[in-house]
Amino acid sequence: MTLTPKTTSRPKVAVYKFSSCDGCQLSLLNLEDELLDLADAVDIAYFLEATRAVKPGPYDVALVEGSVTTPHEIERIRQVREEARFVIALGTCATSGGIQALRNFANAEEYARTVYEHPNFLEYLNTASPISETIKVDLEIWGCPVNKYQVLECIAALLQNRRPNLPQYSVCLECKRNGTVCVLVSQGIPCLGPVVQAGCGAICPANGRGCYGCFGPWSQGNFDSFVPTLVEAERYPGETALLLHNFNANANAFRKAADAARKASKKEA
Amino acid sequence: MTPTLLPQPATHTAGHHDTPLTPDWAEIVAITPEADGIATLWLKFTDPQVEQQYHFQPGQFNMLYVPGVGEAAISMSSDPDDERRLVGHTVRFVGNVTRAIGRLKIGDQLGVRGPFGTAWPMKTVEGRDLVVACGGIGLPPLRPALYHVVRNRERYGKVTLLYGARTSKDLLYPGEYEAWRKADITVEATVDRGDEHWDGRVGVVPMWFYNFRLDPRNTIVLTCGPEIMIRFVIYEALARRVPTDRIYVSLERNMKCGQGSCGHCQMGPYFVCKDGPVFPFSALAKYINVEEY
Amino acid sequence: MLDTTLNLGSRVVLPKPEFDLLLADLRQSGYQTVGPRLQDESIVYSGIDSLADLPRGVTTEQAPGKFRLMRTDRERYFDFIPGAQSWKQFLFPPRLKLFSASKEKRWELDRSDDACPRYALVGVRGCELAAIEIQDKAFLRDDFEDPTYRARREGLFIIAINCLQPAGTCFCASLGTGPRVERNFDLCLTELDDAFLVEIGSDLGRSLMAGRNFELASAFVQNTADQALARAAGQMGRTLDTSDLPDLLTHSANLDARHWDEVARRCLSCGNCTQVCPTCFCWDVTDTVNLTATTTVRERVWDSCFNPYFSYQAGGNTRPTIRSRYRQWLSHKFGTWVQQYGSLGCTGCGRCITWCPAGIDHVAEIAALREEVKE
Repeated sequence: MTLTPKTTSRPKVAVYKFSSCDGCQLSLLNLEDELLDLADAVDIAYFLEATRAVKPGPYDVALVEGSVTTPHEIERIRQVREEARFVIALGTCATSGGIQALRNFANAEEYARTVYEHPNFLEYLNTASPISETIKVDLEIWGCPVNKYQVLECIAALLQNRRPNLPQYSVCLECKRNGTVCVLVSQGIPCLGPVVQAGCGAICPANGRGCYGCFGPWSQGNFDSFVPTLVEAERYPGETALLLHNFNANANAFRKAADAARKASKKEA
Repeated sequence: MTPTLLPQPATHTAGHHDTPLTPDWAEIVAITPEADGIATLWLKFTDPQVEQQYHFQPGQFNMLYVPGVGEAAISMSSDPDDERRLVGHTVRFVGNVTRAIGRLKIGDQLGVRGPFGTAWPMKTVEGRDLVVACGGIGLPPLRPALYHVVRNRERYGKVTLLYGARTSKDLLYPGEYEAWRKADITVEATVDRGDEHWDGRVGVVPMWFYNFRLDPRNTIVLTCGPEIMIRFVIYEALARRVPTDRIYVSLERNMKCGQGSCGHCQMGPYFVCKDGPVFPFSALAKYINVEEY
Repeated sequence: MLDTTLNLGSRVVLPKPEFDLLLADLRQSGYQTVGPRLQDESIVYSGIDSLADLPRGVTTEQAPGKFRLMRTDRERYFDFIPGAQSWKQFLFPPRLKLFSASKEKRWELDRSDDACPRYALVGVRGCELAAIEIQDKAFLRDDFEDPTYRARREGLFIIAINCLQPAGTCFCASLGTGPRVERNFDLCLTELDDAFLVEIGSDLGRSLMAGRNFELASAFVQNTADQALARAAGQMGRTLDTSDLPDLLTHSANLDARHWDEVARRCLSCGNCTQVCPTCFCWDVTDTVNLTATTTVRERVWDSCFNPYFSYQAGGNTRPTIRSRYRQWLSHKFGTWVQQYGSLGCTGCGRCITWCPAGIDHVAEIAALREEVKE
């Protein structure tokens, strides 16, 4: 990762919100012990969730939370790209579309009619899409919400011109290093751990729950092998597909795996 | 029952010599640009005692540590008998750590652990002809061997350096070829692509290897460089009936410790960091054609 | 007082309540007593104070990809077969701080010279003890010693347990590591209904037993224990044919077998097998650095040869496929390990089979490979 040519002053950072719940921005604000250091190291020039004081662009780094769901957001994200040298997609909405991308599997108009009294005032796209579908993204940080320390590490890496130290393995390794007992093997609880990108700290299995993949598919995940295993462990028909049809439903690997799980589960039933 | 009957095990604390993963600091005292994206960093140990005790053999490597970034295994490229007691590393800035090394300046510090690994068999090959066949960044690990030959020229027979690079600008240490030739080393440089700055040989190293005479009963081949080049050098050497235990190869693998402990650099039964990086080809012949091994 | 009768190899009967006093004495001598506990529908190794902390009246059902606790009709403490955790976490911790470094003008190292904890391990199985011996060879070589491992290893007090209830994924008998514990312990227990038959294995163990309220073991008791052990040896869930190992997995032609492709379709490359394996020793080092790059903490962490970046270096990845990674692991365990350390890297504990989410049975994979290359 590199921000060259190096700026003489502190890099200007902008934090944007698109269609999202603000959880990832809150994760940033939750960096209680590190926030002052962060404010020292970078110039937080645009962060409406934190302050109304805004400095004009261009910016060195744009952190973008949320997915693109309206025509207006397409315009806005293009402008973000124009104004920023380095764009980081922050969190599951920005990296795969998020929970709102469930509309991609249904009729968005129908959704709008169900929810709103006057849907004709709405301007929306039929799909919710990750930032990378509209503009070039330089780095994606996955998670719902993101791991605040990963965000900090990525900013540190940018400042220091090095590759961020992000895990490249499955959630299982985090469980094992933590001494967490595998919920799938010991209790038959469906868990996506072996095909999900590590980084969350394996919180769910540590609390007796299966991983539901909020950090997104692991690039090396062997879904073809694992989906049948999960289907076999289902406590009710269709459980695997539902597990995959979640915050990262729109991630390619999950989308394909959910289809396969649906078929396999039907066969079982 | 008196618990005091149990002998108290010694309290173990980790002192300096008990921490093999702890680097010694060294300062960069000079940087020699060598080619595009390649430079030699000259290191001087901060602790005089470490400097005094440190000695490496041609072909060995150090783990260089950039605090906050990590370690990279880099062969020494300098004269093991350097009077200034400086240790030179010629580094290509391509990876995460090596790019960070590339941003360091004179006066900056690096952590150093080493030396590690096996050396070129300079002692056992005395009295024989040497063919040093290397390409690109494969010359730096062999340069200490050449310095050793120059210092002890009478101990070796015919010595030939076959060195190839992509273009003439990528040839490393061009200023030293004359000194090596004066020491009666045949220096044959070749480039993959010729240009107006180059009137020497054009073609890959194995091709020129094919073109010169050697005495298979008395020749030692030392090779290091891109894997494809190594394969063809070995192929040519074997075709000329050089025995497999007289072809020495230096291998590259991901390494984290340098001591055969972390497991990363394994190739079959070997830990490349401790059983290598320099191997006689006879030890590798079984594995060299196993895919992704 | 029967002190004079205690020799190395002596077997005496210690009533179970007396065992709690023994644990208390160990703690008073500065040991942390760690042993099996019930947790999260499984068994983990962590601090224990007395037998009451142990999983009483519990046995385990284990199969590829499956571990279940079951109640038994007898109230014994060691009728289970351990879970995913092994003692390696105490000798070779999953995360270990190596040093921190900070910079004002110059970088300075700060080595945390913490005293290593001393552990008394309670309930070490034959296969697990063999695993410790195997890791000893990896961490305590003639030419290289890991000081943190040595410090922890030298401080150990080992209370072994003879295994009477092997699980479905056990195959220690094939590797000669169990179910009977043969050596390298301080004390070795065989569990009876109301007492432990205790064998003295070291001077340290003898001094700990001295003066306790034990009885000499009658021939009847010793016979009962021996018969139970013989029965256990016959109840192994699996049998590994070791007659052609390591050659089967080092012969270069076999490394190109079709069966590797077949396993690669099932293997998740998730690394669970390597993490639960009590002999796997691979590690990585990472830096955690602050924003201004003025302080960093360097840590050693467990790694796995199944990690895609395990063999990555600028310019290429030696083992980019699941096929090559699985082959590396299996052919190391059952092949090249012998060349490196003089023994197989497997003790037959079966963890890699039980805790594989894909239920890959490595014993069966070796048999399948053997079958293919026989053709």
